[in-house]
Amino acid sequence: MAVRATRMRRVVGTVAAATTVALAAACGSGGSGDDTASDGTVTLEFAQWWGAELPAGEFDKIVNDFTAQNPNIKIKLLSAPYASTKQQLITGAASKTLPDVVGLDGAWVNDFAKQGAITDLSKLMADAKYDAGQLASQVQLEGKTYMIPVVNFVYPLFVNKDLLTKAGVAEVPATRSQFLDAAKKISATGGDVKGWVLPLDTAVPNGVQNDVMSWLWASGGSMLTGGKPNLTSPQVKSVVEYVKSLNDAGAIAPGSLTMKEQDKVEKFSNGQVGMMIDSLAHINLIKKNKPDLKFEVAALPAEDGYTGKRGIPYASWGIGISDSTEHKAEAFKFVSYLLSKETNAKLSTIANGFPGNKNAKPDFSDSDPLFKTAFDIYQQGYPANEFVGLPKSEDLMRSFAEQLQLVLTGKTSVDDALAKSQESWSSVIG
Amino acid sequence: MTSTTAPKAAAPTGGQVTPGRARATLAGRLTPYGYLSPTVLLIVVLMVVPIVMVISYSFRDNVIVEANPVFAGFANYTKVLTDPDFLAALKNTALFISVSTVAHLVLGLAFAMMLNSPLLGGVAKAVFRIVYILPWLFTIAVIAVIWRLLLDPSGVVNYVLRTLGLIQEGVNWLGDPDKALWAITFVNIWSGYPFFMISLLAALQGIPGNLYEAAAMDGTNWYQRFVHVTLPQLRPVIVSMAVLDLIWTSQQFALIWMTTGGGPLNTTEMLSTYTYKQAFSEYEFATASAAAVIVLLLTMILAFFYVRQQRER
Repeated sequence: MAVRATRMRRVVGTVAAATTVALAAACGSGGSGDDTASDGTVTLEFAQWWGAELPAGEFDKIVNDFTAQNPNIKIKLLSAPYASTKQQLITGAASKTLPDVVGLDGAWVNDFAKQGAITDLSKLMADAKYDAGQLASQVQLEGKTYMIPVVNFVYPLFVNKDLLTKAGVAEVPATRSQFLDAAKKISATGGDVKGWVLPLDTAVPNGVQNDVMSWLWASGGSMLTGGKPNLTSPQVKSVVEYVKSLNDAGAIAPGSLTMKEQDKVEKFSNGQVGMMIDSLAHINLIKKNKPDLKFEVAALPAEDGYTGKRGIPYASWGIGISDSTEHKAEAFKFVSYLLSKETNAKLSTIANGFPGNKNAKPDFSDSDPLFKTAFDIYQQGYPANEFVGLPKSEDLMRSFAEQLQLVLTGKTSVDDALAKSQESWSSVIG
Repeated sequence: MTSTTAPKAAAPTGGQVTPGRARATLAGRLTPYGYLSPTVLLIVVLMVVPIVMVISYSFRDNVIVEANPVFAGFANYTKVLTDPDFLAALKNTALFISVSTVAHLVLGLAFAMMLNSPLLGGVAKAVFRIVYILPWLFTIAVIAVIWRLLLDPSGVVNYVLRTLGLIQEGVNWLGDPDKALWAITFVNIWSGYPFFMISLLAALQGIPGNLYEAAAMDGTNWYQRFVHVTLPQLRPVIVSMAVLDLIWTSQQFALIWMTTGGGPLNTTEMLSTYTYKQAFSEYEFATASAAAVIVLLLTMILAFFYVRQQRER
């Protein structure tokens, strides 16, 4: 009996060891598995946050149309919210395990391209004889395209008409002084209502891009000169001084220093602020949450006396291809499908954005009239976002946000804050 | 003719070993390792490899982002330890975890003693037990959203305080550099005390009643019984819980990230948020690894005390 028990123990021990080795081997070989099926069908993984932001099932329909036209290519959608996608891609880029096709924000491109995680699309376009002339824009680094914006979302000024009327302001502000005046008057209406809202949270510091630098771009200004930071210029200084004047006038909703973008939209939807700069993509959300809210969109106010074209901030659903994928040609086929005139128009329409293909015409007939207004504003001005393509752009925004927070809390002067930001940015992009 | 031969006696041990026996001995020796192999593999894959990788990253320059990082010695450690943001994060973390742990202990003990009181009936105890444990049932994401709304300048907390006449204007709890750290410490205390309460309640229920009877016969009052009977009996649980809480709270990331993000003006920056920003915002994975190794060493000091205390028990 004892001998049998000993044998049994040995057998179990050996099986456990063998299973462990087999599992380890299986884990080890998992990453190098080929995603080409025996019938030649290629499966492409596409990580993006778009599916999570579109009406349920809409993006799947667009993808299914592609797979119907290309039966040898399957698309596996990896849809997650924006922040999760970002983290997933950063870790994927670091470990060289990016999905074949990736949704990109312009702010990530420089870092991913420098890591060699995303591939040079210029070469793929040339190989596929793709006409790049139809693209509205491309994000390039050293002359090579790494991201193509598929849908663009502009950030116009949102104005609560009821609050504006209540404050006795007849016209939507078109200049900085009109905006300051309107913001003060709205704030004077009492309660918890304020004229403007400024999210400066440093966890996701995109308020610097959307809510601060947008004032600069709206007046044709630039925070860069020859690709280098130029934060001590009179134009940037005037923007920071202007934001400070709004703060000193008590016209900014309290809680700015830790406020996030979603708080901004919520405060506007609840009628707690009269004006905000926000993505056009939020129109439907605001209307859904507050169907009675009367608001309109307008071009961002410019400096008094400015007559040039106004830059309007934008964010993109960009697309790129992993450098490590074995199926670059198939991946580019899918990219070119999303950027084709018809598909791009369809995608822009359901996303309430503006197309990445110049020839695509989004159908606003069923959309809110505000989209048509915004499209007109977009066409009268030019898309402006100088953070696109910059290295460590989120970190640049954060360091600027921290200095701006010091200015708004009276802990430093505008000049000192800009000098420190300039120094900080120069260490990254100098 | 037949002859019968007696079987040969077994060779004495220590003499020559037959090949079959050697195999058996080897198999016997290896069998325990076979049993251990799944656990060893998991520990190696999930703990040893990542820790060794992070430690090796911390000694190299610009890892992950650069294809061929070079050895940088202690440069990353020097950079981290001389970074004012890291030192501020260290100070904030020390304050955050120490205040949280003390408050968790005091509140947990107070509520546990209330629930253990013979003055309460069974139904009342069940109701209070559910009420007191509620904060622990929420995930951190929900807690962060709830408290962001409650602590908003136009939120419920300010409304109540204004209605009671305690404040004149809405306080900016999370956005004011002077108040933000205390506000998130309060939220962390609120979300974490039930775990202490449950553990201490179990420990209280395990204290033999005859100890209290003997103390009562000696003429002690309530306070003396608390100090000389209850606390000594709870000591092992309190020490274990306190050390574990210090370790867990030092790793708190989600709550801070989702409420203040380390701001305003870095006043709520913790070691966890500092490390995250280094890695995923600045793409300085080497510096982030150095910060992570420092955090690991600090945590190991706490873990050492925990293990020693467990061994004493």
